[in-house]
Amino acid sequence: MSFFSFGQTAEIDIVLNDAETRKKVEHKTEDGKKDKYFLFYDGETVSGKVNVTLKNPGKRLEHQGIKIEFIGQIELYFDRGNHHEFVSLVKDLARPGEMAQSQTFDFEFTHVEKPYESYTGQNVKLRYFLRATISRRLNDVCKELDIVVHTLSTYPELNSSIKMEVGIEDCLHIEFEYNKSKYHLKDVIVGKIYFLLVRIKIKHMEIDIIKRETTGTGPNVYHENDTIAKYEIMDGAPVRGESIPIRLFLAGYEMTPTMRDINKKFSVRYYLNLVLIDEEERRYFKQQEITLWRKGDIVRKSMSHQAAIASQRFEGSLRAPKIDSKHDI
Amino acid sequence: MSEATVADTRRLNSKPQDLTDAYGPPSNFLEIDVYDPQTIGVGRNRFTTYEVRMKTNLPIFKLKESCVRRRYSDFEWLKNELERDSKIVVPPLPGKALKRQLPFRGDEGIFEESFIEERRSGLEQFINRIAGHPLAQNERCLHMFLQDESIDRNYIPGKVRQ
Repeated sequence: MSFFSFGQTAEIDIVLNDAETRKKVEHKTEDGKKDKYFLFYDGETVSGKVNVTLKNPGKRLEHQGIKIEFIGQIELYFDRGNHHEFVSLVKDLARPGEMAQSQTFDFEFTHVEKPYESYTGQNVKLRYFLRATISRRLNDVCKELDIVVHTLSTYPELNSSIKMEVGIEDCLHIEFEYNKSKYHLKDVIVGKIYFLLVRIKIKHMEIDIIKRETTGTGPNVYHENDTIAKYEIMDGAPVRGESIPIRLFLAGYEMTPTMRDINKKFSVRYYLNLVLIDEEERRYFKQQEITLWRKGDIVRKSMSHQAAIASQRFEGSLRAPKIDSKHDI
Repeated sequence: MSEATVADTRRLNSKPQDLTDAYGPPSNFLEIDVYDPQTIGVGRNRFTTYEVRMKTNLPIFKLKESCVRRRYSDFEWLKNELERDSKIVVPPLPGKALKRQLPFRGDEGIFEESFIEERRSGLEQFINRIAGHPLAQNERCLHMFLQDESIDRNYIPGKVRQ
């Protein structure tokens, strides 16, 4: 904002070259609202134009340089001052000088690395954005354009089922089974609960999906649990030998891929919580972690050439979310 | 990428249930009734006892059927024992009704029929909630309360094993 009415001010506008064709996705903002942003994948080029419009015609704009940056950063809400930048690219658009009239500058960040998925959580935010800056003596003029990055994976080679016998000695023994340990975001959890011993009076059984966001390190680790879904799978009292089927469609819930130790700053993990409730409202539960991953959409003809290159790039990419083999059972 | 676009949602294979399991009595049968309140004694030394009848097929209880008489202070004793020894959150008992024990009341005080019925119902709820708790079922005091003729207040607290 300029305090001198006789000075010159400028407005910045960032426009992507493929704004007409590039897909937009919804992404939650920090205050819970949903907005649409351009979607990018790892390896894609980010190119466009920076339009600088002078507000007072006839006057010149003095500046100390115009640049555009592409930034990927992690922001921990309890430590707002420190932004952890894991991607930081800059292109100079104009050397220090004077602008006599409105101008447009082209920019291109070629094959940019975008190793992590955009994430807005309860205590942490990971975002990517373009920032154009006109440096001036007293106050800079800035404009930011947020984009959203999705990380894609392919079907894991190893995806064993989860099968376990659990219980309370002499009171309740069950065997639960989930068909996979790694599910994509539009997958279906198919499973079953088999009752081996039932000496308590069960009223109903449900399966919950719990999201756990972990921020901080060492003694300052903080877990934020959020129950994403509660799905009743049984109403009534089971007896020995009964099998209760589970079929839970994940596409209906708002979830992200599993994120493990992103830039050593935070993790987002998902758990299935099997809960049995007896007639006195006592709860018996068993929690089990599952890995969630994002599947790429089927390549359509309208998909940009660049995205096609990017999708070929990540199929063998080391930066696809790591499917950690020690979580296979 | 050519992969199936429709997920396989067929049920997982499961063992067919044995018919004796399906149609036999459930293994969680536990019913406790608190009834037949009797007021014993005269004047100021009166007190009310209740019959506590239990039917169960849980292996942890020695007797499959038992019938004992207990008074309110016995229930209080049980609550205190469990609060001290077990890890469970013990549900509340119906009230002590001290006000009802003051003199110069217009009614029968704690021997009033409606009050006894209220108390009986509360005690029945209390004992059913406790007896069904897997952790309380291990406590010696619970077994003594439900199945021994009388409560030995000098007993040695401990756990019961199947």
